[in-house]
Amino acid sequence: MIRDISLGQYIPGNSPLHRADPRVKILLTILCMVLIFLVNNYFNFLILYLFTGLIITASEIPVKYTLKGLKPIAIIVIFTIVINLFTVKGTPIFKYGPVEISIEGIDISVKLALRLSLMVIITSLLTLTTTPILLTDALESLMKPLKFIGVPVHEIAMMMTISLRFIPTLLDETEKIMKAQASRGADFDSGNLLEKAKSFIPILVPLFVSAFRRADEMAVAMEARCYRGSEGRTRMKQLKITPVDYKIIAVTLAVASALIYLQYG
Amino acid sequence: MKQDMKRNIIEIINVSHTYKSADIENTIEALSNVNVAIKEGSFVVILGRNGSGKSTLAKLINALILPTEGKVIVNGMDTRDSKYTWEIRRTVGMVFQNPDNQIIGTTVEEDVAFGPENLGIPPAEIVKRVRNSLEMVGLSEFGNSAPHLLSGGQKQRVAIAGILAMKPKCIVLDEATSMLDPIGRREVMNILQKLNKEEGITIIHITHNMDEAFVADRVIVINDGMIVADGTPKEIFSDVDKIKDLGLDVPQVTELLNELGKYGYTLPKGILTVDEAFDVLWPFLMNRG
Repeated sequence: MIRDISLGQYIPGNSPLHRADPRVKILLTILCMVLIFLVNNYFNFLILYLFTGLIITASEIPVKYTLKGLKPIAIIVIFTIVINLFTVKGTPIFKYGPVEISIEGIDISVKLALRLSLMVIITSLLTLTTTPILLTDALESLMKPLKFIGVPVHEIAMMMTISLRFIPTLLDETEKIMKAQASRGADFDSGNLLEKAKSFIPILVPLFVSAFRRADEMAVAMEARCYRGSEGRTRMKQLKITPVDYKIIAVTLAVASALIYLQYG
Repeated sequence: MKQDMKRNIIEIINVSHTYKSADIENTIEALSNVNVAIKEGSFVVILGRNGSGKSTLAKLINALILPTEGKVIVNGMDTRDSKYTWEIRRTVGMVFQNPDNQIIGTTVEEDVAFGPENLGIPPAEIVKRVRNSLEMVGLSEFGNSAPHLLSGGQKQRVAIAGILAMKPKCIVLDEATSMLDPIGRREVMNILQKLNKEEGITIIHITHNMDEAFVADRVIVINDGMIVADGTPKEIFSDVDKIKDLGLDVPQVTELLNELGKYGYTLPKGILTVDEAFDVLWPFLMNRG
């Protein structure tokens, strides 16, 4: 069962969003983040949400998946709403003892909730339509300029790729070790939190030992296959900007300029 | 013999290798004064029990370690000369024991492409090579699969494809079948025989499984860092007692015939497969009937 876990949350598909260049998607996601913080009135928020709805439709991904990401941040959203509600001073509309809620407080908290939710929806659209490996490739390509200031871009990307490759293998191994320990009487389920945490030490120690051994063998295998860093290395998969990308860029830029005009114009 | 016409692809000349350690007790001489020449296009099986030095031999051929004494020549290149290191590793591909620890890509395709990518081959050519290599090992439909969902035999075939994509002259398999089930083992052995016959790739298969030895042209037995037997499978296994003394098993039918020999039956030596044994034993059974 543990083998079935999907890496990241990629959902296979062939929509324009799936086919778009991951670099374009990353850059446009960043642009959207900026827009989310520039926009400051409800009409413009409505436009942004409609635009997001349009992207979701174009991505052919079921809406429930795009909203799934909201669940873990719900607590954060509620928490910030509550704090803002009670702490922002302004024209009071509700007063009970020391508790005071102002119109400005409501305004700020609603906008904050709108912003946070939109951020999560848009970033999950990026990861829902892009495989982890393509994301890594795109990051390597986008970070290339950083090489000149001494950032080991290729090495970082290689490490990310190998970690992605090893997540399922190590999960498998964890399961095996847990079963082996359980068969010798280890108990992972009872006791308080501290005791539970302690019972994981017999799992972590062998897991770490084996991970190091794997890393060692992996390094030898890579050398045997002529790996010598980024120098002189080519890639089979080339990232290419295609007509789909131009369309997506055009639409996003049009919406962005309209919003900026509406906000500041 | 047509093979005598061929040149040596690998020459191991007076090679000794010692694993140095700070305290002298742990210093181990893994190989001592080994001399072997391997002809291009041959299928060689190297047998030896654990700790006999056979893995050390494999790593010496790939320039992953350098000999303490003597020299290793691969396709005319001395492994000690660091300017040849990458050319040697391209010429001699290596498949390791644990299939999980040698697959680097997150998909089968990506992994097969890893070698040629390192060699700086143009992308269009890599795509072609990946397709061809996967076809050769019979995994064409698995290009986009995640490696961890494949069986052990399939993973080792991916590893072989990854080497084929570098267009090697020779493949060294360091106990590559020891972690596989019988089906996976057969898959890998079939591929190796095919590559040897059809592509003319030299195969050096290191194993402790005797049943894999009889497909070879030549069997080399290593014990305590020294070559103790060298010949065709028939020659090697005709001396059952010597093989057993070296701590190795002999194929079941070979042992059966050897034991029967002790009871006074006159039987040919060096019978390796069930089919051969059947042909030899059938007349006896018929006569008794």
